[in-house]
Amino acid sequence: MEATYIKRKKDGRINIKWGNKGDRVLRWTLVVLTILTVVSFLFFNYAGLELGSAIRETAYNLNVMFLEPALSHLDLGEAMYQVVVTLSLAFLATVIGAIIAFFLSLMAATNLAPVGVTRIVRVFVAIIRAVPTVLWVLIFAIAAGLGSEAAVLGMLFHSIAYLVKAFSEAFEEVDKGILEALRSIGADWWHIVKSGVLPSTFTYLLSWIFLRFEINFGVAVAMGAAAGAGGIGFDLFMASGFYFDMREVGFITYAILIVAFLLEVISTRLKKRYFPATTE
Amino acid sequence: MNEKTMRKSRWQTVIFLLIIIVLTYLSSAITSFNFIDGVATIPKAIGWMLSNLLVTQETLDKLPNILEKLAETTFMSIAATTIAAVVSLFLGVLGSKTTKVNNFLSVFARFIASVSRNIPVVAWSLVLLISFGQNSVTGFLALFVGTVGFLTRAFIESIDEANQSSVEALTATGSTYFQIVGKAVIPQCLPQMISWVLFMVETNIRSATLVGILTGTGIGYTFDMYYKMLNYNAVALVTLCIVITVIIVDLISNYVRKVIL
Repeated sequence: MEATYIKRKKDGRINIKWGNKGDRVLRWTLVVLTILTVVSFLFFNYAGLELGSAIRETAYNLNVMFLEPALSHLDLGEAMYQVVVTLSLAFLATVIGAIIAFFLSLMAATNLAPVGVTRIVRVFVAIIRAVPTVLWVLIFAIAAGLGSEAAVLGMLFHSIAYLVKAFSEAFEEVDKGILEALRSIGADWWHIVKSGVLPSTFTYLLSWIFLRFEINFGVAVAMGAAAGAGGIGFDLFMASGFYFDMREVGFITYAILIVAFLLEVISTRLKKRYFPATTE
Repeated sequence: MNEKTMRKSRWQTVIFLLIIIVLTYLSSAITSFNFIDGVATIPKAIGWMLSNLLVTQETLDKLPNILEKLAETTFMSIAATTIAAVVSLFLGVLGSKTTKVNNFLSVFARFIASVSRNIPVVAWSLVLLISFGQNSVTGFLALFVGTVGFLTRAFIESIDEANQSSVEALTATGSTYFQIVGKAVIPQCLPQMISWVLFMVETNIRSATLVGILTGTGIGYTFDMYYKMLNYNAVALVTLCIVITVIIVDLISNYVRKVIL
């Protein structure tokens, strides 16, 4: 313990800055975030906002939504089918994304690929990740035509970027000894990946893929609403934006909520059963 | 690992892969997704992007307008995240096993978090749009609700993971509940929490674009407008501005995270 130690500057004055660099940065981050929040309320565009009536109406709408859900423009079978469509879009984007991300992340992990290659892949992934998914879908919609291809491709791009980041971090944490042992017996690159890297990271990869599937379901709903990509999201958009039918919005919201809950429960169960190490 | 378990795990892998393949096939049948068409559109789409998404001299005139909207959106996401973080801090403290007041409030906090996380931002923004109208507050509230759900879960996990010994030490000295939370739990989890908040700021700037398209506010609306006017040069400029903003925020938060964690 250095209890009675007083920090002094070069000229002998007592250093009155307390805490280390981490603490200072932490404090500054909090201060800056607070200031930005206050400033942003001044920046807001309040056009046409009547807070009192808006809150009352929203409370009423939410009440109708959650307490009297009903279907009017869809029947139950159709609604279920649209949920399955959304799930399928999410599933396709996740599976294809995971396969591509696996190979890309092998090139992005610093212990498996030369530094030059990892840099290029990382910059590429960072740029893809920075473009919001909806913009990818809309951009692909022009080139591929509006349909499942545009939606899946748009979601695919983001899934790849997200999974490459997660996968390459998992690969970099692989025990150096395993790689060294394999290299010393003359294993080539593919052998190292297949028998060293893959077995020791497989459970992590799977839990990331599950997580991404959950995220992709939400994204697929959003894409249906914002980019007209089909599925339950589009029905949600029609129900609230065109028919102003709060009961139907409520029903669709419940449907989405149930699926999202189920996905969460399934993925926690799977993780607990097959990969107890990752739920810690 | 003996031969028997290896063989068993190999069978499990094969069955797992078969299930995945069947599901993939079913999904592409349901969504009429044609894999070959999909692959074929990628080069076409990239070619189209390279030839059409160019920032030209004329579109640069629109830059001040775009930057103004972008600033509005960025500020909106930061405000939504910060205020959501404050609310989540309370919910997180209530919901965590370490610091819960009673079981009812703990379950209640977790329930709120779960519901607001699982109802998609789209649903919130569409419902709020009806009565709040086309302004920043709608987007702010939609982002706020989703962020509360996510951050509460993250905060509960950070508090649960934190070291128990300081809590125990303070309990032993007869500290009150608020002293324990304020002096033992929060200082320990703060770096983790700030890291999550910064992550959410970045995510929210991207989601704000989506919310903007739906509610007609901020940069999302600007994008949607140019997109529907088929003014692809302006679309390129808007996208470029968003990319630069997100990357800057990403770099700042990576730096902060590296220093504080």
